[in-house]
Amino acid sequence: MAPDAPTARASSSLAARRGGRGDAVFSGLAKGAGVLVLVIIVAIAVFLAGRALPAWRVEGWKFFTIKAWYPDAHPPLFGIAALAFGTLLSSVLALVMAVPVALGTALFVTEIAARPLGRLVGYLVDLLAAVPSVVYGLWGVIYLVPRLVPAERFLNRHVGFVPLFRSQTQTFGRSVFAASIVLAIMILPIIAAISREVFRQVPKDNREAALALGATRWEAIRLAVLPYSRSGVVGAVMLGLGRALGETIAVALVLSSSFEISLRIFEPGGNTIAANIANRFGEAGALGTQALIASGLVLFTITLIVNITARFVVTRTGIAGLARP
Amino acid sequence: MTAIDTSLAARASSFDRRRLTNSVATVLIGLCIVLALIPLGLVLTYTISKGSRAIGVGFLSHSMRNVTPLSGAGGAYHSIIGTVEQVLIASVISVPLGLMVAIYLVEYGRGRLAATVRFFVDVMTGVPSIVAGLFIYAFWVIGLHKGFSGLAAGLALSVLMLPVVIRSSEEMLKLVPDELREASLALAVPRWKTILRVVLPTASAGLTTGVMLAVGRVTGETAPLLLTAFGFDSIHTDPLRGPQSGLPLFVFAQARSSFQVAIDRAWAGALTLIAIVLVLTVIARVLAGRNRLAA
Amino acid sequence: MSKRIEADDVSAWFGAFKAVEGVSLTIEPKQVTALIGPSGCGKSTFIRTLNRMHEVTPGARMEGSVTLDDEDIYGPGVDATTVRRTIGMVFQRPNPFPTMSIRDNVAAGLRLNGVRKRATLDEVVERSLRGAGLWDEVKDRLGKAGAGLSGGQQQRLCIARAIAVEPEVLLMDEPCSALDPVSTLIIEDLISELKDRYTVVIVTHNMQQAARVSDVTAFFNLAGAGEPGRLVEVGDTPTIFTKPQDERTEAYITGRFG
Repeated sequence: MAPDAPTARASSSLAARRGGRGDAVFSGLAKGAGVLVLVIIVAIAVFLAGRALPAWRVEGWKFFTIKAWYPDAHPPLFGIAALAFGTLLSSVLALVMAVPVALGTALFVTEIAARPLGRLVGYLVDLLAAVPSVVYGLWGVIYLVPRLVPAERFLNRHVGFVPLFRSQTQTFGRSVFAASIVLAIMILPIIAAISREVFRQVPKDNREAALALGATRWEAIRLAVLPYSRSGVVGAVMLGLGRALGETIAVALVLSSSFEISLRIFEPGGNTIAANIANRFGEAGALGTQALIASGLVLFTITLIVNITARFVVTRTGIAGLARP
Repeated sequence: MTAIDTSLAARASSFDRRRLTNSVATVLIGLCIVLALIPLGLVLTYTISKGSRAIGVGFLSHSMRNVTPLSGAGGAYHSIIGTVEQVLIASVISVPLGLMVAIYLVEYGRGRLAATVRFFVDVMTGVPSIVAGLFIYAFWVIGLHKGFSGLAAGLALSVLMLPVVIRSSEEMLKLVPDELREASLALAVPRWKTILRVVLPTASAGLTTGVMLAVGRVTGETAPLLLTAFGFDSIHTDPLRGPQSGLPLFVFAQARSSFQVAIDRAWAGALTLIAIVLVLTVIARVLAGRNRLAA
Repeated sequence: MSKRIEADDVSAWFGAFKAVEGVSLTIEPKQVTALIGPSGCGKSTFIRTLNRMHEVTPGARMEGSVTLDDEDIYGPGVDATTVRRTIGMVFQRPNPFPTMSIRDNVAAGLRLNGVRKRATLDEVVERSLRGAGLWDEVKDRLGKAGAGLSGGQQQRLCIARAIAVEPEVLLMDEPCSALDPVSTLIIEDLISELKDRYTVVIVTHNMQQAARVSDVTAFFNLAGAGEPGRLVEVGDTPTIFTKPQDERTEAYITGRFG
């Protein structure tokens, strides 16, 4: 019914007008949009699983143990053992490098710097997240890799007894180490941004109580800030891990792919699930594509588990609004 | 049992040690800033210097059609068209949808369903971009036999963009004071009109910021394009069918070549890409700074 | 133009917390009825049940009945929107819409309900601003943002906005608590004028204000923290302030608590 001008409204009956239908339609639409998010997540799993099934039928459980990728050969032979290992190794190395730096910048921004300086630094660190991964990859392979070779050679010569630093071929360069550095740069902003929020949630009283007891600034951080924010930081690190596990293009450009399981991080070679998909997709046949989708499903499952765990950890600390860097 | 030495001298020496620890920690934290910002400086300056040298007259106006491997000619025009179309498609899908989800979460969402949706929106932000590409490939490209296309790329990008839009819009809608909603409801304005005509306009600056950051983020995505747009050397303006290039895809393809002319084109493309993304990001931040709700 | 409200045995909850219990009160037309009492006594909650704004808060519900000239506002088939159009409300803090001009703020209730005729809107804007005593101060800058006005002007803008939809009843929830004394006096004068045309209900924590503007005063109180608020006593304002029946009322108005 058309709404009248108020003056035209006769001595009103309250039941004269129903405005409820628009509300019902609109709230229904909004709810439908919300449900669609759940549908998308489920659809990702369902469609990947559906397409991965033929590949799974070929290798079965050996899919997890084979260290080779010849899905279009006769007979086909493929598995993600080396890929999964490379994915974990590069991500863990990236975390080892990124976490201390990220926590340091977060502490600097929230605890040490004056507000304008802290804001500027936080803003610049956030800018790291805006650089596209293909640019990091290009920079990594053209700029970083040649400059890392002398450092890798030096470490190999002097502390080569550490298994990580060995190189059987005495070649260096497009190695897991280089890829991990690029990954570390890429996950640094997300870990830093979330840790920053976590540190900001520490009640001011805690800090001031510590300072009033005569604690130095570092002691206040250790006594009042870090213990309070432990689980939040764990969540931040896990979200960074999720990023690193799934990063594709930068790794695909930096690594020269191989299918070995090796801890020699200075040697060219290594591979990850995501980079392998990017590298092989263009030339993959029917089974090859299905095998790649199967590996993608594994990656999706791993990142899902990591992310869900991270969310639970972060949610338990009661910090809302931490989804994006 | 040793008694605690409470003499002032002892206190002073322990304090000296504590002060030293404090200084060392401060220096280490300062070092972290340096370590974090060095890569940013290196990536930006190197890309700018390499890219500006490599970016030629024809780069922004030519495609890669009939460019021989050793030729330094050719450009990224075709891929810029592709990127614009793909990002536009992604935005047209995920901005209204994301806004509706945010409205659901802030204005209507209560109880278990809303909590589940909120949780999975968070989880969705962690879906790797290559997985989004694989999903659209499995569902759209081969599942529905649509083939590679700019539209498929737009769909994959929207999977990545949607959670970003939802999260930022949710934060912005939460900043709108309840008093405004109440004032409108008390004027007998129905809830849906209150949301569309009072809440959304009030939050518009913040919403725009969030959308621009999301656009900036997906503009640089490469992995999903690989599996959905596939890549193409010529100008292809129809996003509905047929493989298409995209700027990140162009950079990736050129960077994998072993010829210097291709690497140069990759740098030129990287500079263009970074310029687009950074301009979007910086404008978004400036808008955010002016947002009266965030003050 | 104005109607009688009868609340019968109204109770209201926020989730499991009972904020108001068993309030029965008749509000006569063309009078100002003041609701007074210590903070937390449920007077604001009660006033929000009178135009179904209480149910806007998540988890809020009420029991009892409220009638407007014998029509049940919670009856089946009665839309909350229609109720709010008939019973307007002014809030504690001035809340003009920040994205709208002064003119659009006043016209908001009509425009958002589909009235588009420019002449009608202009006429209503002027009449409402005059009614709120704001016309002379803003008539030259109707296109400027409503947020640019002073606090007192903003509150009068909100009153203009509320009366633009021509309600029968005007509910005011501590309309002066965020204002300076001069603005408060202007609004109080305005309230005395408004009662010629509307049934006015005002919640106030300020007893002098209740004494100055109201014809009838209702005193709310609560037995203790966490207890629901109840109506203790209602009567002519002079009587309540000079010869209260209940000793709690007397204790409150003589300033012994609250």
